[in-house]
Order: sequence, then C-alpha cells, then structure tokens
Amino acid sequence: MASLKDLRVRISSVKSTQRITSAMKMVAAAKLRRAQEDAEATRPYAVRMERMLGSLAQSAVTAGTAPPLLAGSGKDDVHLLIVMTTDRGLCGGFNGSIGRWTRKRILELRADGKEVKLLIVGRKGRGILRREFGDIIIDTLEDTARPTPRFETAAEIAQRARDMFEAGECDVCTIVYNKFVSALTQDVTPQQIIPFALPETEEGSDDDTDDQASALDSGAVYEYEPDEQEILADLLPRNLSVQVFRTMIESFASEQGARMTAMDNATRNAGDMIDRLSTEYNRTRQAAITTELIEIISGAEAL
Amino acid sequence: MADNAVQFELVSPEKLLLSEEVEMVVVPGAEGDFGVLPGHTPVISTVRPGVIHIFEGGSVKTRIFVAGGFAEVTAERCTVLAEEAVPLDEIDREQVEKDLQLANEEIADAGDNATERALAEQRAESARAKLASLDSQTYQ
Repeated sequence: MASLKDLRVRISSVKSTQRITSAMKMVAAAKLRRAQEDAEATRPYAVRMERMLGSLAQSAVTAGTAPPLLAGSGKDDVHLLIVMTTDRGLCGGFNGSIGRWTRKRILELRADGKEVKLLIVGRKGRGILRREFGDIIIDTLEDTARPTPRFETAAEIAQRARDMFEAGECDVCTIVYNKFVSALTQDVTPQQIIPFALPETEEGSDDDTDDQASALDSGAVYEYEPDEQEILADLLPRNLSVQVFRTMIESFASEQGARMTAMDNATRNAGDMIDRLSTEYNRTRQAAITTELIEIISGAEAL
Repeated sequence: MADNAVQFELVSPEKLLLSEEVEMVVVPGAEGDFGVLPGHTPVISTVRPGVIHIFEGGSVKTRIFVAGGFAEVTAERCTVLAEEAVPLDEIDREQVEKDLQLANEEIADAGDNATERALAEQRAESARAKLASLDSQTYQ
C-alpha cells in the first residue's frame, strides 16, 4: 500500500492538474463565444456573394461559357484534400476523427485509381497523417488561427489551391473540416471548392425562398459592368477565399467546442480521482493510528 | 424606407462594416466612378481599388478606401463587397509607404515562387492604390 506521503503528493498533483483543465475549459468557452460571433459576422458577405454568384453562374453554365473554376478541368484524376486540423492538442477526438475520415477517403479514392494530394492546415493533422501518407503531403500550414482565423490566411490557401488547379496539378479540390453543430458535437464534413458546386437552393427556388433578392423577384435584370464573363472570372477566385475562410472559422469554433467538452470531462475525472485518493489517504492514516495504538497498548500490557 | 435615401451596405469577409441610409454614394467601378441615387438601375459591377464617397447634404460626408471588390446596385440598395476597407482619414501615409517598400522587396525575393510573388504583388498594388487615393481628392 502506498505510504501517506505518496498519497499526499498524488492528491496535490491531481489537484493542480484539475486547476489547469478547468482553466482551459473557461478559456475555451470564452473563445467559443468569440468564434461563434465571428462566424455570425462573416455571414452577410457570404450570403451576398452567393446571391451574385448564383445568378451569374447559372447563366454562364447554361450558355456553356463557364470558366474552369466553375466547370472543372474535365477530369477528376488528381484530388487535392485540404485538411483542417488544429495546432494544439487536448481537444478530445477532434483531430482523430478528421484523420480517420481523411484516411478512409484517401483509400477510397486510391481504390478508384485516383491520385491524392494533401494540404494540411494545423500541426496536429501532420502528426496524424505523416506516417502513412507522408509522401503525398505537399505542405503543412501552421499557426493559421492565432488568435483567430484571418481572411488573409484563407486567401493564401485559396491562392495555392488555385495555382495548383491552373497548373494542372489537381483536378478536384475538397476541404475536410469539422462542421460546428454544437459545443458537444462536431461533424466531419467534406466541402468541394474546385470546381465550385452551386448551392442547391439557388437552383429553381429563387423566387419563393430568397426574400432578400427583391430585385430578382421583381423581375429586374442586372446590367453588368464590365460584362458577365469578366465579373464571373473575378468573382470565382474571391468566392474560393470566402469558402476557405468559412471552413476555417467553423473549424475554429468546433475546436473550441471540442476542447471545452474535453476539458470539462477531464476536470470531472480529476475530481473523481481526488475523491478516491482522499478516501484511501484517510483509511491509510487511520490504519496507521490504529497500529500505533495497538503497539502502545500491548507495550504497556507487557510491563 | 425614406424615398430619398439609398440603403448603403459595405461588407468585408470578416464582418458587416457599414449599413446606413445615405443620400448618394459614389463607387469606384472598374469602368469609372458611378454615383448611386435612389431609383438607380440594377447593376452588378466590379470595383477597382479606390475611394467610396458617401454624400450627405450635397457634400462628401465620409471617404472610405476599398481595395477592390464588387458592387450590387438595385433601385433602393447599394451593396459593396470589399476585401479591405479603411476610412481614408485613418490611413497613415508613412505606414503605407513602408508597406509598399516591403512588398516590393518581397517581389524581388520571391523568385520562382509564384504564389508568394502573386501575394506580394497584391499587397504592393493595394499600397499604391492607397497612396493614389490619398493624393487625389476628387469630390468635395
């Protein structure tokens, strides 16, 4: 049985661990709130961009003049997966589930005879995927979300994906990220960004659902300046950055949620452990006192 | 909504920067500045780097620098999507000059790296546009 001193040391060490985990939980909760606000704030831009893109893309597709970013390169031989993970650990199964999903997806694609390349965002993702897929990781980006995801970083990632696409180094580009459902739940979600998939709602349901698009409802036709083609060519790359940015923001919010939950569990477990150790400590202490008493009494009796 | 006002919205990817009713707004379109008054014909236009002027009572109330983007105009609304937007009087000339110099150095250093070069060129472009905007005060 452990000595009294050992138990005391263990209790105090578990206590300080608990202090750390509960502090991390608080921090994650505060960051989560920030992240949710940020996610909310990015919505207006995305909504408006989607609205513009919707009407433009539709006509370009029907006219058969869609640029490659929209229509694709005509092949799907090389897939680029952008994997959104975190830089720091201690966030439960967050990175693990992304890693598992990615692995499965890579094997599926390979079974279909496709080539896969990986662009990893976040230090942890690299650690997870390096051993098995080290040779197809083209790069890892770190410190992308410090203190919060920034649009410039997203634009940089989008630019890289676009450069690769234009150089013919990839045909399809998909982002794998954790979609924020609630602080407790995150869903691993793939989102294809090249070629750009038009959102479902834009197709045919313009008139009744989208009350924002009053101009479209009233049958007004936009004039385009310079012209549709050029605006579309300008709009698509920017939309790409916006898509990347949104997934970054979502992933960041998910990370904070996952960390909050993980740290809450850790704090509770530490509490349970302290209870158990204290009971054991008290028992041991009492046993020691009893032994001492017996020794004294039997000593006295012997006299 | 008042009949003699345009609902002007300035949105950046990070947040909704500005949403207010204005008398008139002049947007630096790709093919020249255009003013938006209530009842404007619906237009979608690209925006070149330059200054958005918001008019109140016949004179310029606010000047905002934008580093390019898009504008969507309808009869009662004018929405500008801009990646970077700064009020003109908050731009520090020295800082911009420093940025421009840095960006130029990066372009020189980038060499074969196309991505880095493109990013640095964008920054240089935006810095030059800022300086140009500071120098020219077209509207009063």
